[in-house]
Amino acid sequence: MTRKQRRMTIIGGSLAVLALAAALVLNALRDSIVFFSTPTMVAEKHVEPGKRFRLGGLVQPGSLQRGDNLAVTFEVADGNAKLPVAFKGILPDLFREGQGVVAEGALDANGVFKADTVLAKHDETYMPKDVADALKKQGHWKDDYDPKASGGSKPAATTAQGNPQGAVR
Amino acid sequence: MIAESGHYALVLALALALIQSIVPLVGARLGDAALMNVARSTALAQLLFVGASFTALVMLHVNSDFSVANVYENSHSMKPLLYKITGVWGNHEGSMLLWVSILALFGGLVAAFGNNLPLSLRAHVLAVQAWVASAFYLFILMTSNPFLRIASPPIEGRDLNPVLQDIGLAVHPPMLYLGYVGFSISFSFAIAALMEGRIDAAWARWVRPWTLVAWIFLTLGIAMGSYWAYYELGWGGWWFWDPVENASLMPWLAGTALLHSALVMEKRNALKVWTILLSILTFSLSLLGTFLVRSGVITSVHAFATDPTRGVFILLILCLFIGGSLALFAGRATSLKQGGLFAPISREGALVLNNLLLTVACAVVLFGTLYPLAMEMLADFKMSVGAPFYNLTFAPLFALLLLAVPFGPMLAWKRGDLLGVMQRLLAAGVAGLVVVAIVWAWVRGGSALAPLAIGLGVFVIAGAVTDLVERTGLVRLPFTTVLHRARGLPRSAWGTAFAHAGLGVALIGIVCETTWNSEYIATMKPNEVAHVAGYDLKLDGLFQRQGPNYREMIAEFKISRDGEAVTVMTPSKRSFTTRGSSTTEAALLTRGASQLYVSLGDATAEGAIAVRIYHKPLVLLIWWGPVLMAFGGVLSLSDRRLRVGAPKPARAKQRLQPAE
Repeated sequence: MTRKQRRMTIIGGSLAVLALAAALVLNALRDSIVFFSTPTMVAEKHVEPGKRFRLGGLVQPGSLQRGDNLAVTFEVADGNAKLPVAFKGILPDLFREGQGVVAEGALDANGVFKADTVLAKHDETYMPKDVADALKKQGHWKDDYDPKASGGSKPAATTAQGNPQGAVR
Repeated sequence: MIAESGHYALVLALALALIQSIVPLVGARLGDAALMNVARSTALAQLLFVGASFTALVMLHVNSDFSVANVYENSHSMKPLLYKITGVWGNHEGSMLLWVSILALFGGLVAAFGNNLPLSLRAHVLAVQAWVASAFYLFILMTSNPFLRIASPPIEGRDLNPVLQDIGLAVHPPMLYLGYVGFSISFSFAIAALMEGRIDAAWARWVRPWTLVAWIFLTLGIAMGSYWAYYELGWGGWWFWDPVENASLMPWLAGTALLHSALVMEKRNALKVWTILLSILTFSLSLLGTFLVRSGVITSVHAFATDPTRGVFILLILCLFIGGSLALFAGRATSLKQGGLFAPISREGALVLNNLLLTVACAVVLFGTLYPLAMEMLADFKMSVGAPFYNLTFAPLFALLLLAVPFGPMLAWKRGDLLGVMQRLLAAGVAGLVVVAIVWAWVRGGSALAPLAIGLGVFVIAGAVTDLVERTGLVRLPFTTVLHRARGLPRSAWGTAFAHAGLGVALIGIVCETTWNSEYIATMKPNEVAHVAGYDLKLDGLFQRQGPNYREMIAEFKISRDGEAVTVMTPSKRSFTTRGSSTTEAALLTRGASQLYVSLGDATAEGAIAVRIYHKPLVLLIWWGPVLMAFGGVLSLSDRRLRVGAPKPARAKQRLQPAE
């Protein structure tokens, strides 16, 4: 093999791997990306039942009800709209009424958001960033929510905490 | 007084770094040895001063001097001593100070042990090192000064985030930083080579040990962080594909590629330009990681826009160093001479494939990390890229890589015999397939891919063993000869085998944990029994205890299996009064490599408590794998060929041990 042929083999191989990676990424982008919505956005856009998305907002004070065997229901509100959420499992340590929350799941036929994951961060000053941004945009931001970033240098410990996906199906 | 001295020492370190940035380069230009030697003394003095500054901050934390803002915000007088010390880097300012301290440490090591480097190369390397250091000293002094005083000192501090009050904080960040920042050395060597326009195999021999040291620490640091998250966060997850984690994974992937390409450069004098580029990219990814974690851009793109001082400063550093080094690379790379020819099927070819797959996998992670940020900034809609994305992209690429791993070390340099290698790997392949069949027949449930992935893991391990068997002649030759050959085998060959086997071990752990994890989530009352994976867990009772700076509620579980008592597990929930927050302390029972994991949720009014119980089969393999890899790295580092500061060929005669 000449030098040129060898070089072409390597370049060809590289392009093949890159093409493979690009195909994988494009395929994954179609299926595995989860979008973020607030109750207002859900009301406006008429999200169809069964489509997975992330719901963010504040837990409506007084709406938390615990049922049998770790079933809970609560409402997520963003000032303009409210959406009922049903979840089964252990809520994160920092889940509180009146605080920010992000839940992942889908709407059922009755318009109830069935969450299989509830995320909250491990810091009492923390407000989920999507929630904070959405509230700011709608003018419902209050300064006492200020998420003064706690500068933990520990990456993993400050990651979202909740039930593993599909833990409670 | 201590705070002011610490601050002053930091300013002096900056001044020294500035001198170190310029004077040695002037010396190199003029060919003045005295000026070039300034690099050595300033690097050592810089280490001394930044070390003093760091010690000052540690003393402030230990003394609980709440007149210093950093101590007030992150400490508490009742906090145990260990956490007072580790709390130093449990916050933004302190962790940046640790970052520069480690940077100065590496610079000091090059200065102290780089006596056999050519004088002008050492001058260049230390000057580049000082540029990075100056930028970060400026960053700390201008935007994140840890020594700021409070005008009216409070009596008590606000305490450290309870999640961080753990032995993990003592080990994980320093290790991670030793890895992250350690790659600055290969970066500095690459820039020095480009500036000098000279690069040869000896260059790779100097760079490889430093890269290996950084890689070992980064491997252990990531594994340690993962295990910490696993036991501390209370729901048994060990990897989240969170941007902060990706920030440490990307330099690891690029650094692993760099280790392998530097090997080709050292042995065959080929892939020079690529190795230089990888050195630059690896450290650039470390800087990017620092930016992602430290600028607050992950917490919120908009928060970043409203309080941009820190973020913009790091972004500037990032652009300056990445842009500058890539521009220098573009300008100078063509002048570097191309070396050794090789056929596509050869050890070099295999290492190129390794590099290709690692860098592409790294690019996929980079895309997944930055895409949501870019979309939020440009298109203003939000999304999350999580595990499903990486399972569909990163996993197949890594599966391909693992499939190729056993072939690499068995192929000959220059021109390999693929058919011959396949024949020699036949036993390993059969072992893998047998395991696939056994797992498939034995275990019910879970993904169909799981047995295949376990088979792949076994193939990788068996391939590593086969390589050792082939090299020592085990089975073929008499035992004494085998022993002799095993002793004569270079340590790096053992290192390769251990590191590659570690990959297989980690893969098996990951697959078993994700596929056959059994869990039980419910509310339990005292004397109730839960049955999980053959274990019976009886909740004996709940009681309260007072810790140094928290109260905790402990649940006592009696564990038995087949009627025989095994042990007692005591998971707890701690509430920290100062911060008003709580943490979950999981209880772990280790049996072989498997673990039983119990953590607590909220207590209800009727005296019952929510519990999570997991049985995680072979979960420990996930971390034993990286430990094996790091052990392989240490073995390879102790290879005399690679010993840090291995003598250069020209002076080999003066040494007792020749370089090769």
